[in-house]
Amino acid sequence: MLYALLGGADFGGGIWDLLARGPRADAQRQLIARAIGPVWETNHIWLIVAIVILFTGFPSAFAAISTALFVPMTLLLAGIVLRGAAFAFHAYHLHEDHGAGRWGTLFAGASLVTPVLLGVMIGALSSGRIPADPLTFTGDTASWLAPFPLSVGLLTLSAFSYLAAVYLIMETDDPDLRSDFRSRALWAAAAVALLSVFVPVIAASGAPDFHKALTESDWFVSVMMFYATAALGACVSLALCAYRIARICAAAQVVLILLGWGLAQFPFLARPAITFSSSASAPSTLRLLLLFLAAGAVLLFPAIFLLMRIFKREALSGRYRETP
Amino acid sequence: MTELLLARAQMAMLFAFHILFAVAGMGMPVLMVVAEAAYRKTGKPVYQELAKRWARGTGVLFAVGAVSGTVLSFELGLLWPRFMEFSGGIIGLPFALEGFAFFAEAIFLGIYLYGWDKVSPLLHLLSGVAVAIGGILSGIFVVTANAWMNSPTGFSLVDGKPVDISPLAAMLNPAWKTETAHMTLAAFAASGFAVAGIHAFMLLRDRENLFHRRALAIALGVGGVAAILLPVSGDFNARFIARHQPAKLAAMEGQFRTERAAPLRIGGIPDVDSQTTRWAIEIPRALSLLAFHDPDAEVKGLSAFPRDEWPNPVPVHLAFQLMVASGATMSVLALLSALFAWRRREWLYRRRFLIAVAACGPLGILSVEAGWVVTELGRQPWVIHGVMRTADAVTTVGGLAIPFAFFSLLYLALGVSAAWLLKREVSASPAFPLDGGGGSEPG
Repeated sequence: MLYALLGGADFGGGIWDLLARGPRADAQRQLIARAIGPVWETNHIWLIVAIVILFTGFPSAFAAISTALFVPMTLLLAGIVLRGAAFAFHAYHLHEDHGAGRWGTLFAGASLVTPVLLGVMIGALSSGRIPADPLTFTGDTASWLAPFPLSVGLLTLSAFSYLAAVYLIMETDDPDLRSDFRSRALWAAAAVALLSVFVPVIAASGAPDFHKALTESDWFVSVMMFYATAALGACVSLALCAYRIARICAAAQVVLILLGWGLAQFPFLARPAITFSSSASAPSTLRLLLLFLAAGAVLLFPAIFLLMRIFKREALSGRYRETP
Repeated sequence: MTELLLARAQMAMLFAFHILFAVAGMGMPVLMVVAEAAYRKTGKPVYQELAKRWARGTGVLFAVGAVSGTVLSFELGLLWPRFMEFSGGIIGLPFALEGFAFFAEAIFLGIYLYGWDKVSPLLHLLSGVAVAIGGILSGIFVVTANAWMNSPTGFSLVDGKPVDISPLAAMLNPAWKTETAHMTLAAFAASGFAVAGIHAFMLLRDRENLFHRRALAIALGVGGVAAILLPVSGDFNARFIARHQPAKLAAMEGQFRTERAAPLRIGGIPDVDSQTTRWAIEIPRALSLLAFHDPDAEVKGLSAFPRDEWPNPVPVHLAFQLMVASGATMSVLALLSALFAWRRREWLYRRRFLIAVAACGPLGILSVEAGWVVTELGRQPWVIHGVMRTADAVTTVGGLAIPFAFFSLLYLALGVSAAWLLKREVSASPAFPLDGGGGSEPG
C-alpha cells in the first residue's frame, strides 16, 4: 500500500514529464516553445520530486544506484542542464530573429540524448547487475553499457517523441502543421511498436530475471492485449484525424508500458538484490514523507489546475487563438 | 589532487554557482511584488514596467537555479553516496518540502510571467506573493538540512547506523532557526544590493530616468532593512556556534589557545605551524563578549581539539573577515540611505552616493559566498558534525576529475549566457521622464 502510493507519485511524475520532455525540435519550434513555455518549469520539478522520494524513502537504493550508474546518471544530468537552460534561453529569445537558433539546436540535441539515458538507467535497474552495496562497486559498466539497457533507451526516446507529436497536433489549428505532426506521430508509433516487441526479446538474455517475471506472470497477456488495443486505436484515430481519441490512446499506450515494466520489476527497485522493503527508510520517515506528499498534493493540485486552465484552455478545447 | 579533494572541489563549485541563483530566487520575487503593489496602489505605469522587468530577470535566474538545484540533488548521491545512505531517511524530508515550495514557486512564476493580461489584478499580485513565499520557504527548508549537518539530532547511533529516527526532531535541530534566519536576510540583502547597484549604475548615465530612481528606492529599501537586521541574526549564529561548534568558532576567529577574556581579531592571517594569528588588530575581551555576552568568558581555541578534527583556519578566518566586512559596509550604507530618505531625499540621487551604491552592489553576493565558505569549511573534517567524516562519505567511483572539469565548463557557459541575457535586459532600459511623474507611456 505504502509503496503503491509512493510508486503512484513517481509514476504521475513520469507522465507529466512525458508531456514536456519529448519534442524533437526539428521544425515548428515556435509551436513547441509556445506549447511548453508556461508549463515547462512545473514539469521539470516532477523529476526533483522523484529523486527526493528516492533518497528520503529509499536512501540505500539511492546510494547503490548512483554509484553503479554514476556515468549514465552524470550524463543524464548534463542533458537535463543543457535542455533546461537552452530551452529557457531559447524561449526568451523567441520574439527576436537572431540568437534563438543556437539555443534551439542545443535544446533539440539535449532532448534527444536525455530520454535515451533515462531509458538506459531504467533498463539497467532491471538488468540484474546493480550491486547492493556501493562499497563493492568496482567500476563495472556492464550494467548499463549493454544491448538491453540501450534498447530500453531507444524505446523511451521513441515513446516520448510519439507522445509529444500526438499532443502537439492539438496545440495548433494550422492544417499543415497538424499534418506534419500527424505523420511524425505515425512514424514514432511504428518505432514504438517495433521496439516494444524487440525489448522483451533482448531481455531474455540481457535481463533474464526481469524477462521471467514479465512473461511468466498471469497479467502479462492481458496487459499486452490492452497495449495492442491502445496502439491500434491510436493509429486508427490518427489516420482518421480523431486527434482527441489518439491522444487518449497514445497516453494509455505509454502508461501500459510503464505499468508492465513496474509490475515485472516489483518488488525490486534495482535487480538483483535491492527491493523496496530492503532499502526503505524507518517507518517514521515513510509515514511523514507520505503525509507531506499528500499535503503537498492537496495544496499544489489546485495551483496546477489553475495554471493549466489559464494557459492550456485553447489547446484542450481544440482551438488555438493566435497570440498577437 | 585526491579523489576526495576532487569531489569536494566539484561540490563546492556546484554550490557556489547554485547559491547565486538560489539567493536571487528568494530575494528577487520580493522586489517584484513590492513594485507591483506600488503599481496597483498608485496606478503609475513606471511601477508596472519595473515589476515586469524584474519578473523577467527573476525568470532567467530561476530557470538556472532550477537546473543547478536539480544537479545538486543528484550529485549528493553521485559524489556522497554514503552520506545520503546514512542521512537520507533522517533529513530527506526538508528536501521533499523544498520540492513542494519550489514547485509552488514555479507554478506561480509561470502565472506571473505569462498572465499579465490573462488573470485579474488581485490574482496576479497574489501569484507574485506566492512566488515570494515559495522562494523563501524553499531556501529555509534547504538551509534546515544544512543546519542538521551542523547540529545533527533526531536519531541515535548504534554500530555506526542511525536508529530511533525522528525526522521532525532532525528538522527542528538546534541550529535551524538561527541559520535559516541569517540566510534569508542575507538573500534579501544580496538581491537588494545587487539590484540597487545595477540601477545606481544606470542612473549615473541617465540621472533623470524615473524608472531607475523608483527601482533604486525599492531595491535599497528591501536590501537595506535586511542589511540592518543581518548583524543581529549574525550575533545569534555566532553565539550558537560558540556553544555547539567551538572548533568552528576558533577557526573563524583565528583562536588557537583556549583563553578567558579572549580578544576579537580583525583581519590577520592564521599560521597553523606557529599556532598564532599574525597581523590582526586585537580588541581586548571583545570575542568573549560577543560570543558569550560575557567579557571574561572562556573561548576554546583549536588546540583544545585533536589535530585531525581541526577545520583549516586560514580560509575559514579569511572568509569570515570578508563576510563581516561586506556586511558591515552594507549596514552603514543602509543606515545612510535611510537617513537621506528621511531628511534629504534628493541626496539619494547624487553622483557620489550613486557611485557608492554601485560599488557596494556585489558586496551582498560576496558575503553570501564567504558566509557559505565559513559554514562549510568550518564544519570540516565532518560532513555530519561529530558523526560522519567527509572522507568516509565520498563515492568509490574513480576518475572524478572528468565530471569536475565537465561541469565547470558547462556552468561557465551557463553563467556567461545568463549574465549576457541579464545584461541585455538591463541595458535596454525604458525611459520614464522625471517631470511626467511616472504617468507617461514608456518612450
